[in-house]
Amino acid sequence: MAELLVWPALIAYGEAAVAYAGQLRGRGRYGGVGIWGVRIGWLAQTALLVVQALSADGFPWGTWAGALNLLSWLVVSAYLVWGCSPRYRLVGLAVMPVAVGLLLLAWAGGGTGVDESPGDGWALAVHAGLMLSAFASFTLGAAAAVLYLYEDRRLTRRDTGLLRRRLPSLEGLERLAVRATLGGLALLSAGIVVGLAWLDVDGLDAAMSVTIAIWAFYGLALVLRREAGLQGRRLAWALVAGTALVAVVLPLTHFAA
Amino acid sequence: MRLALAGVSHHRAPLELRERVAVDLETAGALARELATRQGDGHESVVLSTCNRTELYFASEDVGHLSELADRALLSLAGPAADSLAPLAYRLADESAALHLFRVAAGLDSMVPGEGEILGQVRDAYEAGAPGPLLDRVFRMALHAGRRARVETAIGESPASIPAAAAALAQQVFERLEGRRVVLVGAGRMSELTARNLRSRGATITAVLNRTLDRAESLATALGGTAAPLDGLAGALVDADIVVSSTSAPSLVLTADALGATVRSRRGRPLLLVDLAVPRDVDPALAGADGCFVYDLDDLEAIVSASLAGRRTEAVEAERIVTEEAERFRAWQASLAVVPAITSLRALAEDIRTSELARMEARLGRLPEGDRDVVDTVTAQIVNKLLHLPTVRMKEAAVSPDGVLYADVVRHLFGLGEESET
Repeated sequence: MAELLVWPALIAYGEAAVAYAGQLRGRGRYGGVGIWGVRIGWLAQTALLVVQALSADGFPWGTWAGALNLLSWLVVSAYLVWGCSPRYRLVGLAVMPVAVGLLLLAWAGGGTGVDESPGDGWALAVHAGLMLSAFASFTLGAAAAVLYLYEDRRLTRRDTGLLRRRLPSLEGLERLAVRATLGGLALLSAGIVVGLAWLDVDGLDAAMSVTIAIWAFYGLALVLRREAGLQGRRLAWALVAGTALVAVVLPLTHFAA
Repeated sequence: MRLALAGVSHHRAPLELRERVAVDLETAGALARELATRQGDGHESVVLSTCNRTELYFASEDVGHLSELADRALLSLAGPAADSLAPLAYRLADESAALHLFRVAAGLDSMVPGEGEILGQVRDAYEAGAPGPLLDRVFRMALHAGRRARVETAIGESPASIPAAAAALAQQVFERLEGRRVVLVGAGRMSELTARNLRSRGATITAVLNRTLDRAESLATALGGTAAPLDGLAGALVDADIVVSSTSAPSLVLTADALGATVRSRRGRPLLLVDLAVPRDVDPALAGADGCFVYDLDDLEAIVSASLAGRRTEAVEAERIVTEEAERFRAWQASLAVVPAITSLRALAEDIRTSELARMEARLGRLPEGDRDVVDTVTAQIVNKLLHLPTVRMKEAAVSPDGVLYADVVRHLFGLGEESET
C-alpha cells in the first residue's frame, strides 16, 4: 500500500515542472505553486523512503532502481535547499523534469516497492548514501549550468522577453553551480574514503576507476576555475559534461552485471 | 458620508493646462487643509498633484454641494485658464471616485502602466492632506490596492525606459550591482541617465572617457570616477563590468580588432556593453566573445517595448484586484448607512435592560452582591445574543441596493428616534 506514495510524489513533481515552465512564460504566481508542488512531492517521497527503510533489514536501495529512487529524492532535497529562495526558484525548471524522470525510471525498475527482503550492510549504506548525495549535488550543479547556458544564449541573442521572463542572473547561476559542485565533490571524497576503509575492496575495478575519474574531473574543473579563470560558458559546459559522464558511465560500471 | 472628486489628467488635458493646476506637495497639503477648514467641521480634503494629474478629493456629510465644491476649488487653481480647463475636467462621486483613486494608486491610470512612483505620491498626498474618517479609509484602501497590484502581478517589474532597461540587464547578468565597475564612453545625456540609474542600484562609476576632457571632468565630478581621454579605453576595459557608450563619433569606437585581446583576457568574466549611440559605437562582432554582451539602442527599445506589452497584459489582472478592493469599499460605505440604526437599537435594548433592573431593585437588592452581578451579566448576554443576528443581517443587507430600507424597517419596528411613550 505504501508504494502508492510514489504517485503523489510524481504528480506533485510533475506539477512543479509545469508550473515553473508557466512562470518562465511570464506568469508570476506559478513559481509559488511550483515550490509547493516540490514540497508536497518531497514529503510524499520522504514518507515512501521511510516506509522502505523501516521495512527492509538494512540498506533498501542497493539495486539500480532503488538507487534512482533515493537519488531523485536527494536531487529534490538539494534543490529545496536553494529553491525556497525566490531568486533561485526557477532552477527547478531544469531540476524537476530530471527528478520526475529518475523517479519514473525507479518505479519502472521496481525501486519504489516495499518488501521485507534483507538489505545490504550499514557500511554500504553510508558509502552509497554519500555517493548518491554527491551525484545529486552534481545534478543540481549541472541543472544550474544548463540554465546558465540558456540564459547566456538569451543574453547573446538579445531576446526581447529577457526581462519579462526572468531566470536567475548569470552570476547567480554560476555561483549556484560552483557551490553545488563543490559540495558534491566533498561528498564524493567522503564516499570514496568510506568505501576504501570499510568495504571489501578487491583491487581497482571499473566502478572504482570511473568514480576516481569523476572525482578528478570535477576537482580539475574547480581548480581550473580558481587558478586559470575557467568560468562562464566553458565552466558551464564542463559541469554539464561531467554530469552526463556520471549519468552514462557510472550505472554501466555499477549495475551492468 | 459622501465622497467627491474633481480633477484633470493626461488623458484629456494637455501639459500646458495641467501645469496651470499642478502644485508641489507642500502647497497641496496646505491647500487641502485650507479647503477642509474653510468648509467647516466634518469636511475632509486631500489634493493629489503629480506630473500627470491634479485631483481634489472631498468628503463630507453635506451631500448637496460637495461635487460643486470640488469643481470650484479645482477651477480656482487654474486662474485665467479655468474656462479652458472646465470642459476637460472630470467629476466623480462615491464608488466611482474611489475606484478611480484605486486605479491611480495601482498605476493603471498612468501613462506607463504600473509605474512605480505614483503609489508614493498618493501616500504623500494623503499624509499631507486633511483626511477624516472617509478619506482616511478610502486612501488607506487605495494604498492597499496599489500594493496588492504590484505584489500579486508583474505590472511594475519590467523596465519602462531605456536607462532602466540597461540597468535591469546589468542585474540580469551580475545579480547585484554593488561594487560593479561602470565605464562611461562619451558624456551624452542618455549615458548620464543610464549611469545614474546604475549608480542608484549600487554600481560604481570608475571612469568617464570623452573626446573633450572638460565634459568628461564635469560628468565625473557629478557621478564619480576619473575623467580621461578616449585613447585610454583599452586599459579602462580590463577591470570594467559594464560599459555605457554614447559618443557622437561617426564610426565604431569600440572595435573587435582593438579590444578583442582585452576581452579575451577576461576569460569569460561577464562584460556588458551598452551602446546608446547613433551611429553605433560598439562593434557587433564583440558579442561573439565568451561573457561579452552587446546591446544597442534598437535592442533596448525592443526590450522596453516588450516590457510595456507585458505590463498591459498584467494590467488586466491588476484591474481585477482594483475592482475587488472597490467592491470592499462599497460594502464598507454601505454599512455606514445602517450604523446609526444599529447603534440606536442597541442603545434602546440597553436602556430597557437597565431600567427593568432598576425597577426590580427592591427585590434584587436583597440578593448577595455576587448574585446581583450574575443577574446583570445574564441579562446583558441575553440582549447581546438577541441583537447579534439582526446586527449581522443589517450589515449584510446594507451592501444590497435596498439596504437602507432594512434600516428604516428596524427604526419603524422598534420606534427608534421617536419620543418615548413611557
